[in-house]
Amino acid sequence: MTSATPLRLAPGHRNIGRELAETWQARDLLYTFADRDLRLRYRQTALGVVWVVLQPLIAAGIFTFVFGTVAHLSSEGKPYLLFTFAALAGWNFFSGILTRASGCLVGNANLVSRIFFPRLILPLSVMPAALVDFVVALGMFAVLLAVYRIAPTAALLTLPLWMLLLGAGAFGAGLVAASLMVRYRDVQYVLPVAVQLLLYASPVAYAAARVPERWHTLYYLNPLVAAIEGLRWALLGTEAPSAGAVAWSASVAALAVIAGVLVFRRMERGFADVI
Amino acid sequence: MSSDDGNTAPAIAVHGVSKRYYIGHRARPTTLAERVVQAVRHPFAREDREALWALKNCSFDIARGDLVGIIGRNGAGKSTLLKLLSRITEPTEGEILMYGRVGALLEVGTGFHPELTGRENVYLNGTILGMRRREIAARFDEIVAFAEVERFLDTPVKHYSSGMYVRLAFAVAAHLEPEILIVDEVLAVGDSEFQRKCLGKMEEVAHAGRTVLFVSHNMQAVSTLTKRTLVLDRGACVFDGATPDGIAHYRAMQAAQADVAAAYGAPPGSTGNRVSTARVVTSEPGGVHRWGLPIRFEFELEIPEPSSTLCFSFQVIDADERSVCHLWCFERDARFRRDAGRYRLTFDVPAFRAYKGSFTIRTFLSDRRTFTEFESLSQLCPFVVTMDGIERQDYEWEDGTSTYLEDHEWTLARDGSGDAAQRGGFHA
Repeated sequence: MTSATPLRLAPGHRNIGRELAETWQARDLLYTFADRDLRLRYRQTALGVVWVVLQPLIAAGIFTFVFGTVAHLSSEGKPYLLFTFAALAGWNFFSGILTRASGCLVGNANLVSRIFFPRLILPLSVMPAALVDFVVALGMFAVLLAVYRIAPTAALLTLPLWMLLLGAGAFGAGLVAASLMVRYRDVQYVLPVAVQLLLYASPVAYAAARVPERWHTLYYLNPLVAAIEGLRWALLGTEAPSAGAVAWSASVAALAVIAGVLVFRRMERGFADVI
Repeated sequence: MSSDDGNTAPAIAVHGVSKRYYIGHRARPTTLAERVVQAVRHPFAREDREALWALKNCSFDIARGDLVGIIGRNGAGKSTLLKLLSRITEPTEGEILMYGRVGALLEVGTGFHPELTGRENVYLNGTILGMRRREIAARFDEIVAFAEVERFLDTPVKHYSSGMYVRLAFAVAAHLEPEILIVDEVLAVGDSEFQRKCLGKMEEVAHAGRTVLFVSHNMQAVSTLTKRTLVLDRGACVFDGATPDGIAHYRAMQAAQADVAAAYGAPPGSTGNRVSTARVVTSEPGGVHRWGLPIRFEFELEIPEPSSTLCFSFQVIDADERSVCHLWCFERDARFRRDAGRYRLTFDVPAFRAYKGSFTIRTFLSDRRTFTEFESLSQLCPFVVTMDGIERQDYEWEDGTSTYLEDHEWTLARDGSGDAAQRGGFHA
């Protein structure tokens, strides 16, 4: 009944093996948090789940009007609505995880300061809801494909790769933001601006090819460029990103996760005292 | 205390543990901008903050199957100790060894969500406390039966009464079956019937060979439930031994400090919605009140985070830890629900009728909707009620004959006589 090795609590003492085991043991908590968030999100809203479909559709409609109809940008021969909707689904997945993960500690302050559980569960638990949103958007996209009579290509098989890049990058950045927000609430105000900026610095409303050649080096420093272009390629068969760009994007995503977990773990011990 | 199998296996070992908090005198910068402004204005000033040792060099060992009480005044370090043991925060010095799964119930209903139903909240709270969903499903009926909320399982808990809420929360935690159960003062809420049930449950847990740590202001509960007690005072563990001796030690400590403690002032560095001062204005000086005279209770509330369902109330508690009356301010339009600031809240009772004895105040500052309990303070403002100067023929006023005296009138008439009835009575 009693575990062989006692749990040791001492200043600065960490046992990564035990922490990982505990996080794994608390996987049901991850499910519960995700379940709670999904239930609460659409309780007491008149249109309920319809919002999940409506939100990206409205955004895609606006982009189509502004960039397709007014600015006459090229959409590589695809209907502009589909062109931007495909990228938006991926973008919402990214920004959804980043935004929700960044607020997860402060938003659950009364839990964090009053009860122990593996803290990493909180940012992890925002992933399922974002994934559900993405799947719903994907369903909507399938309907649009049928309406426009466009068949998906074999590139669709690479979809998980792009999702992994977007998810990992958002999670890593979200961890850093969440840890910082405990001490500095500025993050709360800076983040939406940064996210908005990133949206226009990524090929969501337009094609990456439209960016002038001399800016490409700078432009492709944004790791989202390859991931979003890749996602659109998978969904719609537009132009695929270069292997170099994808490799860069993958390295940044991996680094983000490592840095995120390190920062989070480092600041974790002070959360309850500061929050 | 089950030693039949010669079991002295340790459950908790605490060696020289201290916890330091920093309290800023200037408001601590909470945004980067503020920090930059401060750094520019006072480039060489070290951050103006003061160390506060909430716990200092505390050591004790607890064996498996022990049921141990922890008592001490507000701010003695009890909550800090529990926070360390339950891993919410880390010690600044020293070392704690815990043998086995820990379940902590520090505040009832932590992790309940008002919008979710009772059923959903059982799962939410259970998994937060460390249970697997399978385990919860297996004990679901037991939990619900213990809490007596079967009929309201699919109602959002925001519609629950606070009694139902507490019952459900305790039921979930009690069925967690941890090897070490840590329970903070949670039984102050809830009716006495349910309190008995909770105490019974804790006893059962200890009998099953698990370890229970129990913090309370309720000396009655501590003495019936535990054989061993730790007394904390100003962050130090000042007594560790048999419960009756521990309670005696605590009472002696309290008596020695009674004069000073007549008015309460929040410790420096407190944050959040809180009571900053509390005072009882008695009819006589020195915390002495004559029965039946007007009494006044004054509180200063520091409300940095107003909320539309903020509630304040307090109880007058007698020497046996029973609440003899409850007064409240739950006004819908109360200003402290709208605007942050410091408020003075005064309660006037025109004729205070509690019978002679010694009393303290217990305050509750909470949010009805989210069930957040911002603060609950016990043992504030000790005062005594005397019957001095109030005459009663033949019988002296004796302790404990009642909890309060009511105004009354009597008439006495002899059957079958036309004489006028005799009249008399007793008035505040």
